[in-house]
Amino acid sequence: MCGIVGLFLRDASLKPEFGSLLAAMLETMTERGPDSAGFAVYNDSDAASVKIVVRPQSESQTAGLIRGLEEFAPGAYDFTVRYTHLLVRTGKDNLGKTLAYLADNYAGAEIISVGEKMELYKEIGLAADISREFGLLQMAGTHGVGHTRMATESAVTTDGAHPFTTASDQCLVHNGSLSNHNNLRRQLIKQGLTFRTRNDSEVAAGYLSWRLKEHDNLGVALEHTLDDLDGFFTFVVGTANGFGVLRDPIACKPAVMVETDQYVAFGSEYRALAPLPGVEKGRVWEPEPAKVYFWERNHA
Amino acid sequence: MPEFDLDHCALRDVNSALHEASKEAANAWVISNPRGTHALAAGVDAPINITIEGNVGYYCAGMNKQADITIDGSAGVGVAENMMSGRVHVKGDASQAAGATAHGGLLIIDGDASARCGISLKGADIVVKGSIGHMSAFMAQAGNIVVLGDAGDALGDSIYEAKLFVRGKVKSLGADCIEKEMTDVNIELLTSLLAKAGIEDVSASEFKRYGSARKLYNFKVDNALSY
Amino acid sequence: MKSDAPRTTPRKASAFDDYSLSEIRRAAATGIYDIRGGGAKRKVPHFDDLLFLGASFSRYPLEGYRERCDTNVTLGTRFAKNPIELDIPITIAGMSFGSLSAQAKEALGRGASIAGTSTTTGDGGMTPEERGQSKKLVYQYLPSRYGMNPDDLRKADAIEVVVGQGAKPGGGGMLLGQKISDRVAEMRTLPKGVDQRSSCRHPDWTGPDDLEIKIIELREITDWKVPIYIKVGATRPYYDISLAVKSGADVVVLDGMQGGTAATQEVFIEHVGIPTLAAIRPAVQALQDLGVHREVQLIVSGGIRNGADVAKALALGADAVSIGCAALTALGDNDPHYEAEYNALGSTAGAYDDWHLGLDPAGITTQDPELASRLDPVAAGRRLANYLAVLTLEAQTIARACGKSHVHNLEPEDLVALTVEAAAMARVPLAGTEWIPGVTPY
Repeated sequence: MCGIVGLFLRDASLKPEFGSLLAAMLETMTERGPDSAGFAVYNDSDAASVKIVVRPQSESQTAGLIRGLEEFAPGAYDFTVRYTHLLVRTGKDNLGKTLAYLADNYAGAEIISVGEKMELYKEIGLAADISREFGLLQMAGTHGVGHTRMATESAVTTDGAHPFTTASDQCLVHNGSLSNHNNLRRQLIKQGLTFRTRNDSEVAAGYLSWRLKEHDNLGVALEHTLDDLDGFFTFVVGTANGFGVLRDPIACKPAVMVETDQYVAFGSEYRALAPLPGVEKGRVWEPEPAKVYFWERNHA
Repeated sequence: MPEFDLDHCALRDVNSALHEASKEAANAWVISNPRGTHALAAGVDAPINITIEGNVGYYCAGMNKQADITIDGSAGVGVAENMMSGRVHVKGDASQAAGATAHGGLLIIDGDASARCGISLKGADIVVKGSIGHMSAFMAQAGNIVVLGDAGDALGDSIYEAKLFVRGKVKSLGADCIEKEMTDVNIELLTSLLAKAGIEDVSASEFKRYGSARKLYNFKVDNALSY
Repeated sequence: MKSDAPRTTPRKASAFDDYSLSEIRRAAATGIYDIRGGGAKRKVPHFDDLLFLGASFSRYPLEGYRERCDTNVTLGTRFAKNPIELDIPITIAGMSFGSLSAQAKEALGRGASIAGTSTTTGDGGMTPEERGQSKKLVYQYLPSRYGMNPDDLRKADAIEVVVGQGAKPGGGGMLLGQKISDRVAEMRTLPKGVDQRSSCRHPDWTGPDDLEIKIIELREITDWKVPIYIKVGATRPYYDISLAVKSGADVVVLDGMQGGTAATQEVFIEHVGIPTLAAIRPAVQALQDLGVHREVQLIVSGGIRNGADVAKALALGADAVSIGCAALTALGDNDPHYEAEYNALGSTAGAYDDWHLGLDPAGITTQDPELASRLDPVAAGRRLANYLAVLTLEAQTIARACGKSHVHNLEPEDLVALTVEAAAMARVPLAGTEWIPGVTPY
């Protein structure tokens, strides 16, 4: 059980304060999710580079990993340490080799996210601490999602925190509780996917990843979840150019949205939207059950 | 005129003051900057007027008795849930379970109400000028729901004796809920409800009535699939 | 001709025993599932599979009388201004007026008050009789919200939010038309004589994150004065107790599959939910992992019968236990005195569970005025008080033999198990060994 937030900017002048807005929204959801918190921020970038977020097992492994990569491809990398995670920037043409190098030499360091525009961070702890430690307050962005977690049936671990990433520049956050995820996980494993946790949300993310690999676009993939996933869910999905929202047909888990000229925002409660500028004048509404909603940016 | 600004005071300050109000004469209270606060003005038991300036969170005016509460904004889940008497007026939209299990009083929503409006209703009146969401009036036992707009799926599923009046389209009816005849008595009742809600430009004859077919009142095996 | 040859002994299939065959015939005749009251009847691992290790060379017992063994418990110390003080660690579980007669509710209140403990309302609201008789009254907050109102909420000494119960975790209330008398109908805002269909989920919240907000509302309405309990049926106790704590509970009530109900489907009672014995250690583990054991109190119910059960539940980490069916038996439910009438109803004393029909000869699970008048609330209250006294004395006797000056000082290390299942579930060693299956190596 959890709190979800999402923010999609329409007004480019808000980009520099994107992170502090998302952080303020996230903090209001602390009581709903005191166990862990996480977020994914999308920002403009040059099309030739890619961002990899890695979580090494220790500080010394972080240092070792940085040295290792520098040796592997000198000058090809830009490193930023963010709390327990490491952001690695490199050219797109170097992505595959980098991932292979890491898999061979630093298999214990988890790849948290890969994306041209997306950076994803998550950790055990309270939302305000997570935002501060990972530097969210200073981040610029165009859109993003955040999540605070109250673990239900799986352990409180970093791995169990949201967002879950399904593919490059894709991520998912979930509020609710699925009821057929164990069977579905077994089927997806047969399709070649791997899972790190017993978490139901990870299965939802994996399911979408599989559908996208099967050449559904995101909208169609989300429609398919209505047939194949059972239980209660509100999903917010992030992509390179926008975000999507979907509630199950019974729609017991909450979802509130607000639209203004400057942004579209999602929160589990209105309180999450309250920190946003001009929200009092915005149109506050609730997404309908079993209906896919999607907002997209038209230009990079 | 008591005023509270939630940017500068705590929910507990507001609610405990409202609970003390039982002993005072009727007053006009103003609460500003709610910003989605939950349980605001819950448990009031006094004939006082309260205006809340802004959008509220869950359970605003929960278990209200006697008070006349206006929310100048939108309301979260369960506005006026279990209300016993009095009046709650939401000028914006209301989220799920508006008026849930309410026993008495009048809930007016100027905008739309979301899913499960009037769920388990126990005698209150709810008037929605916009539309209501799916599973509204689920297991509604007593009271009246008046909707000027449309109703979503499964209206009145498992309904007992509550009366539903819908002017717009009903997407689908729930188990044991059927359209019923609008008698003169019903027209009179609906007319008075519209008047109580201050609605003048609409006539009772524009509505259809829905209620229980009463086939699920005592179990019969052939109805098993309805459950 | 083979008529002289010995025949094999006629044998019924183990799976198709007399009960199962009779149920198939009943289903074929009626087309409706079997509905009954009570808790799980089939044999599952229970407290009888545990034994106490009494005094020995290394542990010294306490004398009776002078050397005290205290039994008091305080419930609701976490957030409430007015926690509940009980003289004994045994409470009366939630049972509705409607499922029980007014006389039975009054008797429960009388007996509990004499013993210095609390009773609990049920799925029908608070009656003036019960509030009048019970010195400490816990008010249940259920999915149906029958009779719910802020005045009664404020009259209560505690509020118990019911998420589920052991007999039917995931089920709603059920009261059939025969028991919806005028008074019951009025309290529940239902037409008289209809079958009550109750919701299995709360109308205005689903999940612990939203329950947290509901609890804030209940606290605000009662000005944070009274403890909030959360009751769950035993299914995934580790997670459920964790989530109850995170939702803001002061007290958690955990009800195992032996816990009774007024009426539900037989298959629900027997096949959904886990034994009380299996639920306690994971629940206590959850409290310990969150650092709130003893700060958030745990009340365990479901099949508590005697002081040994009470002591064992406390030793495993509970703060108190709750009794339902046992309390009704003490009042006079299923008494052999009415055997002829039980036979006429197709049953026998000790097995009668068609409580939903409202024909109870003992006058307890009925709304029929003539039958209900058979129960004298004062005498029945006395019987309950006697029984509660015996439960307490028995628990004290055991605790003293284990060297405890307070029953709360009983601990898991005072216990061993007779079976491998009980050892695994209670996480105590098999008697005579150091083996705890799943915990220590064999």
